[in-house]
Amino acid sequence: MRVVVAPEDFDLGAEAARLEDGPEIGAVVTFTGRVRNVGGTLRHMTIEHYPGMTERALTRIAEEAADRWPLTGIVVLHRHGELAPGARIMMVATASRHREAAFQAASFLMDYLKSRAPFWKKEVTEDGAEWVAATEADEAALNSWMD
Amino acid sequence: MKVQVLYFAWLRERIGQGRETVETEAHSVADLIEELRAREERYALAFSDMSAVRCAVDQTLVPLEAPLGDAREVAFFPPMTGG
Repeated sequence: MRVVVAPEDFDLGAEAARLEDGPEIGAVVTFTGRVRNVGGTLRHMTIEHYPGMTERALTRIAEEAADRWPLTGIVVLHRHGELAPGARIMMVATASRHREAAFQAASFLMDYLKSRAPFWKKEVTEDGAEWVAATEADEAALNSWMD
Repeated sequence: MKVQVLYFAWLRERIGQGRETVETEAHSVADLIEELRAREERYALAFSDMSAVRCAVDQTLVPLEAPLGDAREVAFFPPMTGG
């Protein structure tokens, strides 16, 4: 299990390759989130987090994913600070013998990251700066795992 | 008791600082918010819409009505938007 919260960019291929550890692993799923330039006016995005709590919260949710699905590896990386349009924000990767567990665990981790991990995004555009609002859809997506 | 109070994102901006030490007799998070609100306008403004405020006590998410216990660190922030 690898959980990292840092300002630096990461190597998507190298992170995914870490999980290809042995012939019994049949599936590696990766998801990468990037800074989207909505309306073409974005200057940069600033990501704030809660040092200390963030790492604990991400580790806890990665452990929960490992309890729920038969995974052989989990990577959760999230950047913070000022990120340019097109920059990678974060990634999750999961590995398992079969694809279903890897897909489901990655989806679960993403839903959690959206609305429970202490990160906040601020978009700085040509027209000013605005904190990104949470959506009810994100909350609903997370609740769907609680049944 | 003394508690470290942390603010993030627009709550930090409205209050004008990221952390402070607060001397409080509050029994719950809600009590602490009431104390802060009564202090100065900037707190009243930051805590004007409680549906947009989340809280962590000693780095664990809790509901706003949660007891404070012997908490050392209380953080207030808007709904998270990571990922």
